[in-house]
Amino acid sequence: MSAGASEGANSGAIQVNGEVLDVQRTGKYFLMSVTAPGITERARPGQFVTVSMGGEESSMVLRRSFAIQGVQARGMYGGTLDFVVSPVGKGSQWLTKLRRHDPVNLVGPLGKPFTLPTKPVTCVLVGGGYGAAPLIMLAQALRERGCRVDTIIGASTEEKLYGGLELKRVSTSLTLATEDGTAGIRGRVTDCLIDTLNSSKVDVVYACGPMPMLASVAEECTMRKIFSQCSVEESMACGIGVCMTCVLPVIGEDGVTRMLRSCVEGPVFRGDRVRWADIGTIPEGTWGGERLRS
Amino acid sequence: MTRTIISTGKAAPESTFDLRTQLGSLELQSPVLTASGCAAAGRELDNYFDITAIGGIVTKSIMLAPRSGRATPRMAETPSGMLNSIGLQGPGVESFLETDLAWLQRRGARTIVSIAGGTADEFGKVAAKLRVAGGFDAIEVNISCPNVEDRGQVFACRADTSAQIIQTVRRNSDNKIPIFAKLSPDVTDIVEIATSVSQAGATGVSVINTLLGMVIDTQTMRPVLAGVTGGLSGPAIRPIAVRCIWQIRSALPNVPIIGMGGVRTGQDALEMVLAGANAISVGTSIFNDPGAPMRIQKELEQELRNRGFESLTQAISFAHREVSEAVIEDETGESKDESEPDWDFISE
Repeated sequence: MSAGASEGANSGAIQVNGEVLDVQRTGKYFLMSVTAPGITERARPGQFVTVSMGGEESSMVLRRSFAIQGVQARGMYGGTLDFVVSPVGKGSQWLTKLRRHDPVNLVGPLGKPFTLPTKPVTCVLVGGGYGAAPLIMLAQALRERGCRVDTIIGASTEEKLYGGLELKRVSTSLTLATEDGTAGIRGRVTDCLIDTLNSSKVDVVYACGPMPMLASVAEECTMRKIFSQCSVEESMACGIGVCMTCVLPVIGEDGVTRMLRSCVEGPVFRGDRVRWADIGTIPEGTWGGERLRS
Repeated sequence: MTRTIISTGKAAPESTFDLRTQLGSLELQSPVLTASGCAAAGRELDNYFDITAIGGIVTKSIMLAPRSGRATPRMAETPSGMLNSIGLQGPGVESFLETDLAWLQRRGARTIVSIAGGTADEFGKVAAKLRVAGGFDAIEVNISCPNVEDRGQVFACRADTSAQIIQTVRRNSDNKIPIFAKLSPDVTDIVEIATSVSQAGATGVSVINTLLGMVIDTQTMRPVLAGVTGGLSGPAIRPIAVRCIWQIRSALPNVPIIGMGGVRTGQDALEMVLAGANAISVGTSIFNDPGAPMRIQKELEQELRNRGFESLTQAISFAHREVSEAVIEDETGESKDESEPDWDFISE
């Protein structure tokens, strides 16, 4: 590693050639287990990896990013890493067709992880769809610190729920919600969250899922002055902080809104800092925004 | 008449291969640079390779004031390429000098600062601030960013506006500082623009910037990019870049050219060198492989060795030679006529 690496924005991230160990279908998604020597040892809950698509002569020039669901630092394959793939595009479909021993090129661990409480506090975890994946690793870390972990996961329908079994094992309690009522409570995760926030004392809320869900979670928490951390999913080109593609408007400690990169300044943001309603725009007053509107 | 000698014999030993290149008064130890807008200011990439071991870092275009850039979505993947519509997001020149350029200086990286502006006056002011600060090796003048509010601001679309910007930057810069004009391929005659900036005081040209493109989402049936149009980059545009380099080199034999546009491998870099590039910038490939500049530098060296070149310089513009002038020297030192069928200087 170079001398200036410690000053780098992603210090600790590396690029490695790994190997597929297992591809497992789970509902609408695929759980991929890969060897990722060097990445597993460093990975923390909320971080992600990027994977190159389609092999060497691929016409897909961009990597895809995946939240880390869990790591096994040791074992017969050295470090292994799990992530979930929703096969909705050309790249993710290619990835899920890989088989055991196929090569995968990985960069990681990337991004700012969830920050963990220093005291054994009460935490609520909210996951939407495959956004539940990184909550598995997070729940484990929180339980190791003696925290109470009440997890709520939801989706439009049962087969889009993810991680129920794993989360049940690592959480203090698990609530399921589907919009069509095919599993758990009929309704949205935010309905369950509101009930929990109204009926018990919650210290911190962690969330990962679609933007509208994160916006609601953040709003409910901010209203009640409860600290929330939301992991966003923004479309990225590089994942390492150089392309400026994955930006969203975030209010800084100085009260000024800036377009921040979700890959290096996120993907985990404080819920009360993101201007959720303004994502996809350059809101009034954004640092450096005057000229574009004039 | 000059005769080009291609040796098929022993190449220089591993450690001594001469990758040096000359960009006006600036000598670089390697021709491989990062492309502006694809490497930020080098800091993130330093995690993946030693940024002081390549030719240099071309920083993301900096403007006078901080700039938020365009709304999202800013990116769409396309076949062998991508569209971007970032809109020159950046901290403004003062912050750039204090933070980014200062870091590059401490790190000891060769730095080519890319500058942008909405008017000739802004270009001039940014150049003037750079002159006061110092601590960089060359300026690349981005007169061809397609992601500006007004197509009239794509100065590189016209010879006169291109020349006007370059004159202003030249006037506000140290005489010794090489200035490269970054040109757009979206023009009728790129040679006309290259000639014009060259006469206006540019040391050389950087070709090519992205091409203006567009993608429509067939589900939503709306443009994918918030900015509607964006710049197309990646391997898809490489043949256009090679053509532009070739045309400019043919017309302007002595103007330094920094070639860029979809370079993914050392072989791609070699192609641009053969077309006439004195240096090569690696851009979109960094998004796929953060270590790409270093990998491409090593691959380029190997490609040159494989063909019997003893230095990078020998290969620059080599595709322009008249084939009838090529003479192959075999291991016995005897000259062979090029009509002999067993020549082997293209070996994979």
